[in-house]
Amino acid sequence: MPSKWVKTPFPKGRYYFSGNEAAAEGAIAAGCRFYAGYPITPSSELMERMAVRLQEVGGVFIQMEDEIASISAVIGASWAGAKAMTATSGPGFSLMQESIGYAAFTETPCVIIDVQRAGPCTGQATKVGSGDIMQAKWGSHGDYQVIALSPWSSQEMYDLTLRAFNLSETYRVPTMVMADEAIGHLRETIQIPSRVEIFDRMKRKGRAPFDSEEEDGVPPMPSFGEGERLAVTGSTHDGFGFRKTDDPQVHARLVSRINKKILNHRRTIIETEDYLIEDAEIALITYGFTARTSLYVVKRLRKEDWKIGMLRLKTLWPFPDEAVAQLGKRVRKILVPEMNLGQVAGEVRKYVPCDVHSLTQTNGEVIRPDVLIETLRRM
Amino acid sequence: MTRALEKYIRPGVKSTPFCPGCGHGILMGLILRAIDDLKMEMKKMLFVSGIGCAAWIPSPHYNGDTLHTLHGRAIAFATGAKLYNPDLCVMVVSGDGDLSSIGGNHLIHAARRNIDLKVICANNMIYGMTGGQVASTTPKGSRTSTTGEGNPYRPFDLCKLVEGAGATYVARFSVTQPILLIQSIKKAILHKGFSFIDVLSPCPTQYGRRNRLDRPDEMMKDLIRRCILEEEIEGLTEEERAEKIITGEFLS
Repeated sequence: MPSKWVKTPFPKGRYYFSGNEAAAEGAIAAGCRFYAGYPITPSSELMERMAVRLQEVGGVFIQMEDEIASISAVIGASWAGAKAMTATSGPGFSLMQESIGYAAFTETPCVIIDVQRAGPCTGQATKVGSGDIMQAKWGSHGDYQVIALSPWSSQEMYDLTLRAFNLSETYRVPTMVMADEAIGHLRETIQIPSRVEIFDRMKRKGRAPFDSEEEDGVPPMPSFGEGERLAVTGSTHDGFGFRKTDDPQVHARLVSRINKKILNHRRTIIETEDYLIEDAEIALITYGFTARTSLYVVKRLRKEDWKIGMLRLKTLWPFPDEAVAQLGKRVRKILVPEMNLGQVAGEVRKYVPCDVHSLTQTNGEVIRPDVLIETLRRM
Repeated sequence: MTRALEKYIRPGVKSTPFCPGCGHGILMGLILRAIDDLKMEMKKMLFVSGIGCAAWIPSPHYNGDTLHTLHGRAIAFATGAKLYNPDLCVMVVSGDGDLSSIGGNHLIHAARRNIDLKVICANNMIYGMTGGQVASTTPKGSRTSTTGEGNPYRPFDLCKLVEGAGATYVARFSVTQPILLIQSIKKAILHKGFSFIDVLSPCPTQYGRRNRLDRPDEMMKDLIRRCILEEEIEGLTEEERAEKIITGEFLS
């Protein structure tokens, strides 16, 4: 997959950005030139910044009538050749799910940033949560894959949004940045580099845009107006987009490929980080804002001579099975603290033989260090 | 004449998927005749459709770019494509249920924005593909598979709806008025702004057989008898007027 290094549109330097602002800047740096969205707390600042920035860099911004229209316009723009994105929070993310399935099945690159709030339903709109992790993977009907990343800082809102575009273009798959209210509104210093590496979708004239010789291949993607006479459909289709709604082989082949093209490449997609894991007997597996609390706790308990470390999941989907399984062989106990009722803990249990404890909190607040330490002491 | 239109059909397409007596095949041809008359470049045409029988009019049959989307969302997808690449001539062809019921919100908002989309609503006044359920366009009193005693509710007047929402070209014609309809489609294509044509298209399979118009030709004749131009209303009695369908250009 060819990439290129480009100058960032925002001057290199250190900036004091909220997570939402940083994500918008990461998107612009990645080449995003289309945004469609609908206001929703706690993601709205991201849309407001995109409205300003896209005008400055010559992109297209539109506030649509709802979230269904927003993601649909994003998919339409993507086929017209744009790197396109939207951002939302729980209720809007729910509305977008059918179209996310459409993007997965038609292999449309697009980026969705979910600044998670305390759900379910309207829940607590201004409070934090991370209850949409399973929804990111399973929200639309049928068998498909997406990529979902989990930032833990303003810097990573920039870095991972940029990476989300690169992955989305490389694999032609909807890619999500699963932020949360605390990260979206957290204001801290970030470093914007002078140049960034970006990936663009592959184009090959005359080649089938919906099939590949390899069982896990990513076909080239032309745009509307290029004379390729594209036929795009959310019904089961052959390599050139003809509907094949009663051919069992075509359906099985297509469903299999859109799953394998992600799962078979998961070693290059998945990113994790280890902290103080070498001699650890207890490990935290953590992601998002909770990873910040977790790292603080790990460092503090190390001072009390605890043999404790931490694995941070920067990628949530495809799930970091290998990193989790290896950790599970090395430690006695694992604790997964998260702002939901154990969504990632359940995944971890699939891959490890050791004890997995789950610290769950759904009160609209971030998990405090003392709560985490108390849980560890009881374990 | 048929040969002349063949270049607009995607290679590999063998036949239309429509039932005997369906009006969608006629509309499919009339849109191409309008495109042919205007010498439009198919390479720069994008046809967007939703879900339902009418969504298959362009997809995959037309030899331009076709985008067959989700139920109700055609106009939202089209909005994104048109905004990002304004050089595309973007035409939305979909059904009445798709555009005005599940997709009704996108319809009125696109009209409000007066975005340059050419929306052709193939209106058969019923949900055809799913088995003939009542639609937001089904006439009051009509029998459908979900209104056995007759539809208790009024239908939308789609032309008034989009005009009220801000559309800048609005017309209604039946597939039984082919010359007028071709002219109207041509005007919509050339119009800069949100264009909407409500095209009446008979569905003998789902609508006709439940409403005493069993044979395809009976439905055609019924449309020919009932569709009149705005200027022909004068002199009709209240009773005569009630059963007529007023066609014409309402805003251009």
